[in-house]
Amino acid sequence: MSVDALPLTPDRTREHIAAVARVAVPILLALAVGGAILLILGKNPFTYYGYVVQRGLLSWGGLQETMTRMAPLLLIAAGLIVAFRAGIWNLGGDGQYLLAAVVTAALAPALIDTLPRGLTLIICMVTSIAVAAAWSLIPALLKARYGINEIITSLMMSFLGTSFANVLVKLFFRDPATTVPQTRSLEVVDRLPRIFGTNVHSGILIALAVVILVHLMMTRTAFGLRLQIVGANPAAAVHAGLKVGWLTVATFALSAGLIGLAGSVEILGVWGTVRADWNPAYGLLVVPLVFLARFNGIAVIGFALFFSVLMIGGESASRRIGVPQDFVLMLVGLLLVFLALVEYLDHLRRKRAGV
Amino acid sequence: MKMDSLPSPLQSGEMTRIETTPNAVGSGAGSKPAPVATVRNICKRFPGVVANDDISLDFNAGEIHVLLGENGAGKSTLIGILAGMQQPDSGDILIDGVRVRLGSPRESLDHGIGTVFQHVLLVPSLTVIENLMLGGSWWQKLARSAALARFRELSDLLGVKLDPDALVGKLSLGEQQQVEIMRALWRGEKILILDEPTSMLTPQGVRDLGDVMRRLRAKGVALILITHKLAEAYELGDRISVLRLGRVVGAILPDERQQMTEQQVTDRVIAMMFGATMPTDAADAELLLGRAEGRRARRLVDRSGAPRLRATQLSTAAERGACPLHDVSFDLWPGEVLGIAGIDGNGQKHLAETLAGQRKAASGTIMLDGHDITAAGVPARRRAGIRYVTDERLGEGTVGTFSVATNLLLKEIGNEPFWRRGMTDWTRIHDHAREKIEHHDIRTPSEKTPIGKLSGGNIQKVLLARELANDAGVVIFNKPTYGLDLQNTRLAHERIVESARHGLGTIVISTDLDELLEVSDRIGVMYQGRLVGIVENGPEVELEIGKLMTGQTLAAGTGS
Repeated sequence: MSVDALPLTPDRTREHIAAVARVAVPILLALAVGGAILLILGKNPFTYYGYVVQRGLLSWGGLQETMTRMAPLLLIAAGLIVAFRAGIWNLGGDGQYLLAAVVTAALAPALIDTLPRGLTLIICMVTSIAVAAAWSLIPALLKARYGINEIITSLMMSFLGTSFANVLVKLFFRDPATTVPQTRSLEVVDRLPRIFGTNVHSGILIALAVVILVHLMMTRTAFGLRLQIVGANPAAAVHAGLKVGWLTVATFALSAGLIGLAGSVEILGVWGTVRADWNPAYGLLVVPLVFLARFNGIAVIGFALFFSVLMIGGESASRRIGVPQDFVLMLVGLLLVFLALVEYLDHLRRKRAGV
Repeated sequence: MKMDSLPSPLQSGEMTRIETTPNAVGSGAGSKPAPVATVRNICKRFPGVVANDDISLDFNAGEIHVLLGENGAGKSTLIGILAGMQQPDSGDILIDGVRVRLGSPRESLDHGIGTVFQHVLLVPSLTVIENLMLGGSWWQKLARSAALARFRELSDLLGVKLDPDALVGKLSLGEQQQVEIMRALWRGEKILILDEPTSMLTPQGVRDLGDVMRRLRAKGVALILITHKLAEAYELGDRISVLRLGRVVGAILPDERQQMTEQQVTDRVIAMMFGATMPTDAADAELLLGRAEGRRARRLVDRSGAPRLRATQLSTAAERGACPLHDVSFDLWPGEVLGIAGIDGNGQKHLAETLAGQRKAASGTIMLDGHDITAAGVPARRRAGIRYVTDERLGEGTVGTFSVATNLLLKEIGNEPFWRRGMTDWTRIHDHAREKIEHHDIRTPSEKTPIGKLSGGNIQKVLLARELANDAGVVIFNKPTYGLDLQNTRLAHERIVESARHGLGTIVISTDLDELLEVSDRIGVMYQGRLVGIVENGPEVELEIGKLMTGQTLAAGTGS
């Protein structure tokens, strides 16, 4: 989108302030109420938040972990933005993510024996994208052909996908050498290359590139505009002669494919194997993050960083201060509540202003 | 002579609107009771507009108070304030002489003010009685027997017969409106507001509504009727107030009203609506009155050559809530305007969509300049020159949240020169938009303004600019002036006639017979999905069209 060259009138300044407030106020409120709960538990909230920031952002090791965590979050966010902007609510992220992860974990150790590392990594990623995209075909076709609500179907396919991924690990790709059911491991040296001698793998670069490309695709290409028309007004899409059915399937495939890439990159960069019953459940975690960013691919980078700091720092801070690990999830929950509240108040404000 | 107020197709071409003697009105005009509701010095501003500017009006029991005015005159805002949907910036609302605050639709209902909006706001999948019970508080049990008692009470009051267990979705629009009226009166029958209630109704529905309104008036309800139609105002109104640019510019009081003939009333109203600008707006006045016969200069269409568009035995598949086509055949020659008349919901929508390519024909063929285009989709037909100006301007014609610039190119996405190899050239798109905005006199703050923020007339200008651009050969207009004010209506008519003069084949689908009589060369009539006849436009064709519209010639077997 071309940049607005209009001067900053008071009205526009107010809108900008409101845009920042819509994001900042819920975050601050969530932190404040979270702090109050810590006080009730007899802990010092400032110590807790201090540990979070120190560990998640300010310590070198923690920062590297944060960057590593950002990679899957960003790729999933990219996948969700494509779908949500097209008005398609793909909530099947977890199933798509895990299936892709298992496929990568099964392929990589098998291929690395015969193929060079680069080729192995690329084949794994491409295959995972294809598998995740294929898994999205059923909800996509049901939506395109019969108009069946994809929220329900994709969510159900997600449960099936996570279970199926487990079945694959336990029955077909199980490494006989281990007692706990898991796939064969990809050796650390064969995984995604690290960046400049740090522990951060290059998946974060892939993720950043993908999320920026997705943003450009949505705002600067005919394909992106078509998707947004389908999302904003499906009747107008039919009226304009867009192939709504085809676009629906393409959107689903692209969305699921990017989420699959997230699973693949996480295995190739961090774990090297999939253990049975492993499910980080990032798929649904990223949904509020994408809403916070209002489906903007650039803004989502900041939120992914914020979430990663909270997750990495929160784990360590909870341990050090002696509160349950799930305290971070509670902060996320509070954030959602206040987000919805602020959104509602903003809606009222706009209505009053007659905007 | 609006089609939806046709009294009976058997009456002569010189039509009276709703059958009632003018003397029957004005029952509340005798003594001078205190008004049920009063608005005093109401002001309401929106960014850039003063919607209501110091409005003061009285609403009396047993009186039908008509509010007349063009689009943007402030009628809807005033109604919104009375219905509790908007709050005035200043001014007072008095109910039974007591100052009240109407902070929400519920408070408004609590004061006995019920509103029936232009579009039906019922849940189609629930029954009549379920819809009526929806207004209760959440902690209350659904008391069906009490609700049924109230339902019967109101049925008697309105003089209507409805099955309380019928699904609302299966009722006709007229019956749905009766349910809406019941809901509006559910918590007390003090004041009833009707916002353009006849615009979606059949002639029978209009008659029934007139009866209902008269019954309510006799029971002492204060009725407020918002309308564009002068004939309705005359037939039903005891008191007429005219709004213009947010002000009350004049009124006809009940005492005066009783002494006046229809001609006198219309003359007075037009003088108020157009004020000093009367002479220049003579054409608007003619349009308002439906007396534009003088401008019906027919062109001679040369039908010796090959038709531009030929539809042969088009049929479409039935679909819930829409009337499909049955064996529709017609020819359209270059330079011709073919009007399509008919009561709403007789297959017009399917006809337009099938011709535009956004709906598949189940059988039949469409030929354009001798080529079969039945299988072509919207983009291919657009390239071949077929254009469709839809009546659902915001529903499907545009994407409300997208800019004017994007909407101007909604049907060209991906095409050169605005897109090159799929990449968007926003600079070029915005330049193109500025040019169109200038050329078509589209009133918008900027080409980047979301189109949903423009007025109906300006959205229509965007659609016209988009559809009439580059090598149009056949243009289908569906209700081209629906919801537009007089000036924009006239502009749209001029555009239609003008483009036909340049050799376009034009199809105008409308439920407004006057409009068709003004712009068409021939007029076809749709009845229950069939094109039951096509007549040459000329003097005295209204009677024939009226008969066709109600299916009376079907028995004679003239279905084409």
